[in-house]
Amino acid sequence: MEECERSKLFEQTVLPHLDAAYNLACWLAGNDHDAEDIAQDACARAFRFIGGFRGGDGRSWLLAIVRNTAWSWLKKNRPAAIVTINEDELAEIEDHGAAASLVHGADKGALRAALESLPLEFREALVLRELEGLSYKEIAEVAEIPVGTVMSRIARARGQLQTAFNEKGAA
Amino acid sequence: MNCADLRPLLHAHVDGELNAASSIELQRHLKSCAACAAEEKSLCSLKTAFRQAPLRHEAPASLRIHVRQLAGDAKAPARPRQSDFSLLWKWLAAGATAFALLTLMLRPAGMSDHDRFLDEAVAGHVRSLMVEHLMDVVSTDQHTVKPWFDGKLDFAPDVKDFAAEGFPLVGGRLDYLNGRAVAALIYKRNKHFINVFVWPATGDTKPETTALRGYSIINTSTHGLHYCFVSDLNAKELGDLAALCQK
Repeated sequence: MEECERSKLFEQTVLPHLDAAYNLACWLAGNDHDAEDIAQDACARAFRFIGGFRGGDGRSWLLAIVRNTAWSWLKKNRPAAIVTINEDELAEIEDHGAAASLVHGADKGALRAALESLPLEFREALVLRELEGLSYKEIAEVAEIPVGTVMSRIARARGQLQTAFNEKGAA
Repeated sequence: MNCADLRPLLHAHVDGELNAASSIELQRHLKSCAACAAEEKSLCSLKTAFRQAPLRHEAPASLRIHVRQLAGDAKAPARPRQSDFSLLWKWLAAGATAFALLTLMLRPAGMSDHDRFLDEAVAGHVRSLMVEHLMDVVSTDQHTVKPWFDGKLDFAPDVKDFAAEGFPLVGGRLDYLNGRAVAALIYKRNKHFINVFVWPATGDTKPETTALRGYSIINTSTHGLHYCFVSDLNAKELGDLAALCQK
């Protein structure tokens, strides 16, 4: 592929989704500075691999690169941030009916804090769903997991947020 | 099905991801089970909290400049960490030309008229966000936006604010689409912008949803006007706005 064609494809595919890329990087890295580094690296990779982009959804394609870049970066620089969750055990923990939550009255800072405290896998699924509006199928593509796993991660992430709010309300 | 079986499906239900058969079964259960109905309500209020909280981070100018540089000059070696203002001005100056070119490039040859039109609509949406020419008239008041179009177009677009429904009107703009001048109404959903292109049409058509380059597009005609909704918002929520506009 010629250089100018690559640039053209890159501009069409990547540039419109920079906010989405940066937002995901922020929520995975946990701070602006590292997020910008990660997003820059991811875009540089996207430019290198743009020849392999076979059309379709540019946003999911870019977000998958951002996600991989962020996870590699975290493994190298913040290994403590990556705690592998055992999804089967978690199912037991939070399935005790988080009924009427108090989310309604909770302040916005509390939601941010609760989202930040979620395990990485849950946080990314919920960020892609609620902040980027991706479908389960698109999230499955980005995170390279089955759609069923997307559904259970989102359910468990929400369960944890509800529990956090309930405890806050009860305190 | 009992509550334990249905609980996980509630999430897919509030996300609009449940298939029709399960959805009907779930609705039936929700009518008779207070606990599950309360859980549904709780999930909906959590989703509302997400929509209202300013949680989405926007890319800083320094990142935007760097990434543009990648495209503009593949050999650019440096990765400026700090935003360079002289560079910024250079880019702003080059901006107008670049966007004009981009628009041309976004319209590849060998497409059907309909594909080309969809492509143009997405390009119009992208361009409006990129050149910071999103709005000619900035107002959340429908009584300001509607008269603004008077004399600028040969028709009167229907302008309504849907802030109460979660789609505040933020402004309007003149645009050019499908070979004619059109009204562009801009709505917001959380941090997502929605361009609604409006022009006269004959006859009604049912909403048709398309996806292109990560954008959702809905086309529909009603009451003598054609509406084209474009956004990076998911198709379901964009459909909610389309339904509101056609009421």
